[in-house]
Amino acid sequence: MSLPVLKLVAQRIAMGILLLLAVSVLIFVGTQILPGDVAQSILGQSATPQALENLRRDMGLNDPAYIRYFRWLGGVLTGDLGTALSSGQDIASSLKGRLWNTLFLAFWAAIVSIPLAIGLGLLAVRYRNGFVDRLISGLGLASTSLPEFFTGYLLIYFVAVRLQWFPSVSTVFDGMTLGERLSAIALPVTVLTLVVLAHMMRMTRAAILNVMQSAYVETAELKGLTPLQIITRHAFPNAVAPIVNVVMLNLAFLVVGVVVVEVIFVYPGMGQYLVDHVAKRDVPVVQACGLVFAAVYVTLNIVADIVAIVSNPRLRHPK
Amino acid sequence: MSRELDYLSRRVAQGKLSRRDFLGRAAALGVTSVFANSLLGSAALAEGPVKGGTLKAGMQGGASTDSLDPATWQSQVPYKFGRQWGEQLVEIQPDGTLQAKLAEEWGSSDDAKVWTFKIRKDVEFHDGKTMTPDDVVATMERHSDANSKSGALGVMGGISNVKRDGDTVVFTLKEPNADLPFLLDDYHLMIQPNGGKDKPTAGIGTGPYKVVTEEPGVRHIGAKFANYWNGDKRGHAEQIEIIVINDATARTSALQSGQVHMINRVEPKIVDLVKRVPGVTIQNVAGKGHYVFIAHCNTAPFDNNDLRLALKYAMNREDMVEKILRGYGSVGNDFPINKAYPLFSDDIEQRAYDPDKAAFHFKKSGHDGPVLLRTSDVAFPGAVDAAQLYQQSAAKAGITIEVKREPGDGYWSEVWNKQPFSESYWGGRPTQDQMYSTAYLSTADWNDTRFFNEKFDKMLITARGELDETKRKQIYRDMGTIVRDEGGVIVPMFNDFIDATSAKVGGWVPDGNQEMSGGYALSRCWLNA
Repeated sequence: MSLPVLKLVAQRIAMGILLLLAVSVLIFVGTQILPGDVAQSILGQSATPQALENLRRDMGLNDPAYIRYFRWLGGVLTGDLGTALSSGQDIASSLKGRLWNTLFLAFWAAIVSIPLAIGLGLLAVRYRNGFVDRLISGLGLASTSLPEFFTGYLLIYFVAVRLQWFPSVSTVFDGMTLGERLSAIALPVTVLTLVVLAHMMRMTRAAILNVMQSAYVETAELKGLTPLQIITRHAFPNAVAPIVNVVMLNLAFLVVGVVVVEVIFVYPGMGQYLVDHVAKRDVPVVQACGLVFAAVYVTLNIVADIVAIVSNPRLRHPK
Repeated sequence: MSRELDYLSRRVAQGKLSRRDFLGRAAALGVTSVFANSLLGSAALAEGPVKGGTLKAGMQGGASTDSLDPATWQSQVPYKFGRQWGEQLVEIQPDGTLQAKLAEEWGSSDDAKVWTFKIRKDVEFHDGKTMTPDDVVATMERHSDANSKSGALGVMGGISNVKRDGDTVVFTLKEPNADLPFLLDDYHLMIQPNGGKDKPTAGIGTGPYKVVTEEPGVRHIGAKFANYWNGDKRGHAEQIEIIVINDATARTSALQSGQVHMINRVEPKIVDLVKRVPGVTIQNVAGKGHYVFIAHCNTAPFDNNDLRLALKYAMNREDMVEKILRGYGSVGNDFPINKAYPLFSDDIEQRAYDPDKAAFHFKKSGHDGPVLLRTSDVAFPGAVDAAQLYQQSAAKAGITIEVKREPGDGYWSEVWNKQPFSESYWGGRPTQDQMYSTAYLSTADWNDTRFFNEKFDKMLITARGELDETKRKQIYRDMGTIVRDEGGVIVPMFNDFIDATSAKVGGWVPDGNQEMSGGYALSRCWLNA
């Protein structure tokens, strides 16, 4: 690879790291201004002042904020996310399982939705403005417009309760075979696919249509290629950058935006884990989850940028 | 169809449906009477403990922040799971009496100040060790240590000393307390090897199930403990499992699709719909839990008893029970005790909705302008609706209630027990003494109505040391009347616990001490063959 590309890529990565640092400050400040106090939240309505006082002292909640920030950041950089205040467990190890579950769900949702979305997008371009195009667009938009809890409950009612094809509770755990796991997550994967499908499909369609206006497509047409060949050989490669962008955004959503789906299907992922700890004001865990989410988001966006840079021939072959 | 038949035949066996009706319904489903009769026979046979299988419960009230350390328990799932793997010295029965558990018998000195518990012998912990009185003493020490974060700290506060004496454990109290044995049913006080001091989260107890899998906020699994001392009474299934399902709709559909056999907290709103599902039985039982509107007796304008009375008369209790609880509950009478408590007097006059009296007292109080009521979704199920209903019934008495909806986050730390007029709930306590000591004694931490009444405090202390039940009952009656007429609490309703079971579940015992059959559902029930 040539020098300017490497330089651009390095710049992106450096930006990403800076961004993550900034996010870490924001997360820390944000968790500080949450209402309530972690000790009170752990003990809840049944707290006695004595127990509260003991807990606050044990947790070092009396140190100034900036000291706690640097102590935390230092830990994160050395891979130590601390221990959860509420249960006393090591955050890194319990987070790992949850993150793995979330990535597992996101992975299968992506495996189903991305090829489907791009395929449907190509199809829509091929039959643009015809019946097929309208049908695909219409159904896609409808499925995206319905909130995920609604589609979720509909699927539970018809597929899980009535037909009993798949379980309504998607609890997964160690010792399940891959088949059992896939059966357990069938419904949430369906819901997630329906949610992200239309966005990617529409963007694919729009990006390719944009390219279809160019002169070289006309040339291809004139030399006698079939419409599908034009789309796959000439239009699609040139539309990759915007498509990858939207795919990455949706991938990020699959990881960080699945809280509602996890709650409905009782899936033990990051979202549910985060919500539980926000409710308990378990600040170290909330910070860790926030940082992981931010890292996923930033990383996926960097990947999108890099793909855009690398797929641009003008940058790859400078004069 | 077979599910419906199953269900119907079980109803006959339980005496809830007549044989003739059953045959009629079966015929309607297209079944011959010979086959239907044979079904009846097998259902009747099945009505006895069946051993084996995996009994699963889908429950609200678990989070990934839960732990196996009994000192930390406060929500439903860890504590209901705890009731299966751990045991206390005593157990409160569905009828409110006490039964021996890890203690065989107990007695007190004449002044109710020194209590002696004889500890059961030959009881084995899950780790193979035999339980000794020393373990009991260590458990009590751990939960009464001022440095401990135990939820039982308040209960243990009245105990000055616990020590072993041969086969017994002797509790010496700071003040007489006739209710001490009831306090020891507290769910935090699970007897553990060396009191759980060595490793608080080890999850070792003496219960019918030992902990196999512990994934906080996801699922908890217990396997039958082979050497359990009370095996013919408890622990019928081979394995039990609690799956945490906090979403109400997901919980109901898990029961419907057969993924779990029992669920807790069926919302009153949907009970009638759930009832119609074939095979599902609604298990509701009157409990001690109640919903409250609390006014601070020492804060203006609520420091005026006429205003408090006006607010009490402006409450339409029947309407609340009907609309908020959908009939799954009973009306309250502005003191926190109902017939579910021992030593309850049922002859205290029931306060009724009376806009005229409310208007009279409101005028007499001299207060002018709206009254601010703070509420939140988390105060109790339907709390915001209840506030609006109250707003309407009070408006008829000429009282303007201004409803302020607070965020659920921080409600317990920023609003409850801080703001002068808000909504809340109480889960109830095993005895009247505990309920009053927790929230109505002048010195109580959670005196959330800021009720300071010397006469009341004295009566409470007197009742504690009174071993004559007739006298105690009379004192409690007078105390109830004082809170009803002078207190800052409005108790519109006592809520039922509403659980649901599938057709597979046998042996359910209605137990109003807590939801899920007093918390013992998983070890009391069995899976029908």
